[in-house]
Amino acid sequence: MQETDKALLAQIAGIRGFQPGTAFNLRQNGAGVERHSTQNVQIVNKSDQPGIDIHISSNTSGEEVHIPVILTQSGMNDLVYNDFYVGEGANVKIIAGCGIHNDGCDTSQHDGIHTFHIGKNARVTYIEKHYGEGEGSGKRILNPTTVIYMEEGSYLELDTVQIKGVDSTKRTTECYLQAEAKLMISERLMTHGKQSAISDVKVELNGVNSSVRIVSRSVGKEGSVQVFHPIAVGNERCRAHIQCDSILMDQAKISSIPEITANHVDAQIVHEAAIGKINSEQLIKLETFGLSEEEAEAVIIEGFLK
Amino acid sequence: MLTLTNLSFRADQHEIISNITASFPEGSFTVITGPNGGGKSTLARLIMGIEQPTAGTIHWNGTDITKFSISERSKLKIGYAFQQPPRFKGMSVKKLLTLAHGKPLTHEQCCEYLSAVGLCANDYLDRDVDQSLSGGEVKRIEIATLLARDLELAIFDEPEAGIDLWSFAKLVETFQQLHQNKKISILLISHQERIMKMADEIVVIENGKIAKRGARDEILPNLMQDFSACEFKK
Repeated sequence: MQETDKALLAQIAGIRGFQPGTAFNLRQNGAGVERHSTQNVQIVNKSDQPGIDIHISSNTSGEEVHIPVILTQSGMNDLVYNDFYVGEGANVKIIAGCGIHNDGCDTSQHDGIHTFHIGKNARVTYIEKHYGEGEGSGKRILNPTTVIYMEEGSYLELDTVQIKGVDSTKRTTECYLQAEAKLMISERLMTHGKQSAISDVKVELNGVNSSVRIVSRSVGKEGSVQVFHPIAVGNERCRAHIQCDSILMDQAKISSIPEITANHVDAQIVHEAAIGKINSEQLIKLETFGLSEEEAEAVIIEGFLK
Repeated sequence: MLTLTNLSFRADQHEIISNITASFPEGSFTVITGPNGGGKSTLARLIMGIEQPTAGTIHWNGTDITKFSISERSKLKIGYAFQQPPRFKGMSVKKLLTLAHGKPLTHEQCCEYLSAVGLCANDYLDRDVDQSLSGGEVKRIEIATLLARDLELAIFDEPEAGIDLWSFAKLVETFQQLHQNKKISILLISHQERIMKMADEIVVIENGKIAKRGARDEILPNLMQDFSACEFKK
């Protein structure tokens, strides 16, 4: 791997290459370039469409699965389907993410469609980081779709981060929860320049005592635009809590359009949203420690998107 | 030495601070008291640079700091504890104390500052200073941020407000130590007799002016008799 590739990997996955003892699949510029399965985590090519199937055996414990994607060729338009089959009682951490380095004038785009089938009582942490860089005028576009089916008693922590360099993103997330399934979604996003980001999240709580908590934190700078559209539908006795907080700066525009539906008398669905500029008292407080206004602003944003 | 000369502040056609002239010697412990809306907090914010005076000057150790920014005043070792401290999403207590200190803190140092305000470091260091903390907890953390700083002048705006009786006793002890051991000049806005009893001097601010000023033993005994909520009753 070249140095640029390793640096991109480090940005999105915190690694510079394959880590022995983990399952690993690196996709670069539209093709799989390196793959390592383990006894419990088997990664195989799809036969009918581009992408892979990841089979995680029942009761697998403590394994990590890395499936990073990097695009370094300007003008590349990559579409991939990755399906995860997590066996009953497994406990794993999956680290995905996509990094684009575009030095050219053509658009580089990656559309990753991930489908999760999470077995009974399995626990999954899924981390997805998106990042763009490069000196070229070509756009860097990422449109991830994540579809999640959670069986009884399963648990998923979904942590998505997009902090820098992606010109346009449309994120679609759909989740279907069975009884006692618990989903935690944490979404952190920062846009600047003329970037745009749209995030549609739909969660259907179909099982008794299923629950979801969505925490979305975003910062919109300069002339960027963000639109959030969280939807929660409670079809059984269940709990949903959606919290969207955004810091607005410069000429940025942010919309949060919630849609909550309770189709059962014991469904508790709550949505909270706040959009506003940085509280001036916060800035003043940090300035009383000797920080400049710019330093104070940076510290507040760093903490907010932590 | 802090010197205010003919200091005034107007907002929305109202004179909030009116031509105040006063000096506060090095190492002094002054309690500023007086009726609500009298201008005490505004005076504190003017000294910290959060508000800019419409007239007059502020000198600190011989330097005219009237036009200095908040940050510049902070670098001259002036600190300010808010009456209603802001909360921060994603900012841990440890991070806030570290920012106040200006360099990394050891666990022992954090323990020292938090214990001084009646909080246990093990319970609080990793918690965020957000809505999950009560008003009293945030207030005590606010005071701890001043303890974490290397100050020559500490301004506290009603530090006792929202703090329970048990923690209040600890706070009184902390202010005493701050004054006696560290020789920091303290300007403390308060209505609490126990705090006033620690002061070298008491200043009563009313209608934006110094209504009374003198040694603690001279002012405190008659203080309550001098207050009147209604002008006509005087």
